[in-house]
Amino acid sequence: MESPVLRVENFSAHFGDNPVLKDINLSVQHNRVTALMGPSGCGKTTLIRCINRMHELIVDAGVEGSIYLHDEDLYKMNPIMVRKKIGMVFQRPNPFPTMSIYDNVVAGYNLNGIKIKREEKDRIVEESLRKAALWEEVRDRLHRKGSFLSGGQQQRLCIARALAMNPDILLMDEPTSALDPKATAHIEQLISELKNNVTILLVTHNIAQAARVSDFTAFLYLGDLVEFGTTEKLFTVPDDKRTEEYLSGKFG
Amino acid sequence: MHTSHSNIRLRIIKDRLFLALVVLLSFAMIVPLLLIIFHIVKNGIGVINWEFLTALPRPMGETGGGIANALAGTMMLIVLASLIAIPLGVLAGIYLAEQKTGRIASGVRLCMEVLQGIPSIVIGIVAYAWVVISMGTFSALSGSVALAIMMLPVIVRSTEETLRLVPDILREASLALGVSYARTVLKIIVPSGLTGILTGILLAIARITGETAPLLFTAFGNPYMSLNVLKPVDSLPLMIFNYATSPYPEWHAKAWGAALVLVVFVMGMNFTAKVIAKRWKVQF
Repeated sequence: MESPVLRVENFSAHFGDNPVLKDINLSVQHNRVTALMGPSGCGKTTLIRCINRMHELIVDAGVEGSIYLHDEDLYKMNPIMVRKKIGMVFQRPNPFPTMSIYDNVVAGYNLNGIKIKREEKDRIVEESLRKAALWEEVRDRLHRKGSFLSGGQQQRLCIARALAMNPDILLMDEPTSALDPKATAHIEQLISELKNNVTILLVTHNIAQAARVSDFTAFLYLGDLVEFGTTEKLFTVPDDKRTEEYLSGKFG
Repeated sequence: MHTSHSNIRLRIIKDRLFLALVVLLSFAMIVPLLLIIFHIVKNGIGVINWEFLTALPRPMGETGGGIANALAGTMMLIVLASLIAIPLGVLAGIYLAEQKTGRIASGVRLCMEVLQGIPSIVIGIVAYAWVVISMGTFSALSGSVALAIMMLPVIVRSTEETLRLVPDILREASLALGVSYARTVLKIIVPSGLTGILTGILLAIARITGETAPLLFTAFGNPYMSLNVLKPVDSLPLMIFNYATSPYPEWHAKAWGAALVLVVFVMGMNFTAKVIAKRWKVQF
């Protein structure tokens, strides 16, 4: 197996005196979908927010341990550099309401003051929107504001915006929890297609979704990483009793 | 059976009466405004013509003449006051919106509330003490300082309130793209709340345009055209005050005319603010 894109080592996080994550060890493989699954409050969202260092923006939040992207310790880098290398898609679609669809896709370049040629921008916009399976729907309306898009389309726009930066890894924080079933199916299919080119870490509270789209699954419960392995093994022959109970719907 | 029927009738009648009362009182509310406008238009429209707007005042006894000096002075005061108050007010508003808690933020917030309540004449005296005395002359600048102090609380508050409404998920979207905090505030949060900030600025301008008291001993008034910020200037409210308190009927008529111009300007500002708030509203 090739070396993982991301390694989480002996990692703990807390809000004030409240531990949220306890001694997590996890690795994310290249061009695979890794799902973080668990009931509400288990720390899965906190974990991915630690990976792009958004966790520390909250007052009183702190961490111990290390997270390596390839071989670089994310906590020894400038958070701005970390976030340029790691893309994120949020629970609720959040395209920038003041920008056109086009400008939303290249927002990462424009907002960071990265100067690129017009043709290069056009190429990035088309490529990213194609990857996010949104190009055909918006190609004639690129310079209009994104507010007329449906929730699912807005979320795909946000995915395109993250992909435009060519991230080493794409974090998705319950990307379908605010969407209807049809849009959810669309995003899930998109995730399956994306993994040929992108490494994805997906947070979900939806067991079936983890089973459908992921290659590896981590089960978190009350801040502990209970079990981590291939999705196939975790869903068929889990090692831990708690995993089995969670999967069979006894709690969560 | 019969009684319950008439009972319902009675209730319907009561209901109608209540509705009529509410509608009637709502209309009663706009009566004072309509009366003011009617009165000003009736007395002021007669003197309004091109000369009135573009000519300087003539000495008592001559006919004709206008309010050009006061119009220019008012514009100059507004522009100068805005140049002082807008940067300070918007920046303070951004700070307060970003810093929800903390001693400095609540201190600033309290100060703005107190400042809002200080009578304008007192602000005028302070501007007199600071600027007029230290520079040795009445001036447009001193008047603008007084007006800027009056604009500040309005701008600070409207900026803070609008920016608070910008959803946190937009801030997170920007930060997650590796955008620095400063750029996130300036390029995402402020543009998302820009209409509210603009509206606040226009309302602040509308508020100070009619101020007379703080100008009495700062801008002072000037019957000649002056575009020098270090010299006294006239302004519409000052001119109205001086003309209306004079003993000459011709000047009274001019005061009405100037009042009409002033009211039209202020209403225009309010109307523009409404249109901007509606037209350019950002949908989150």
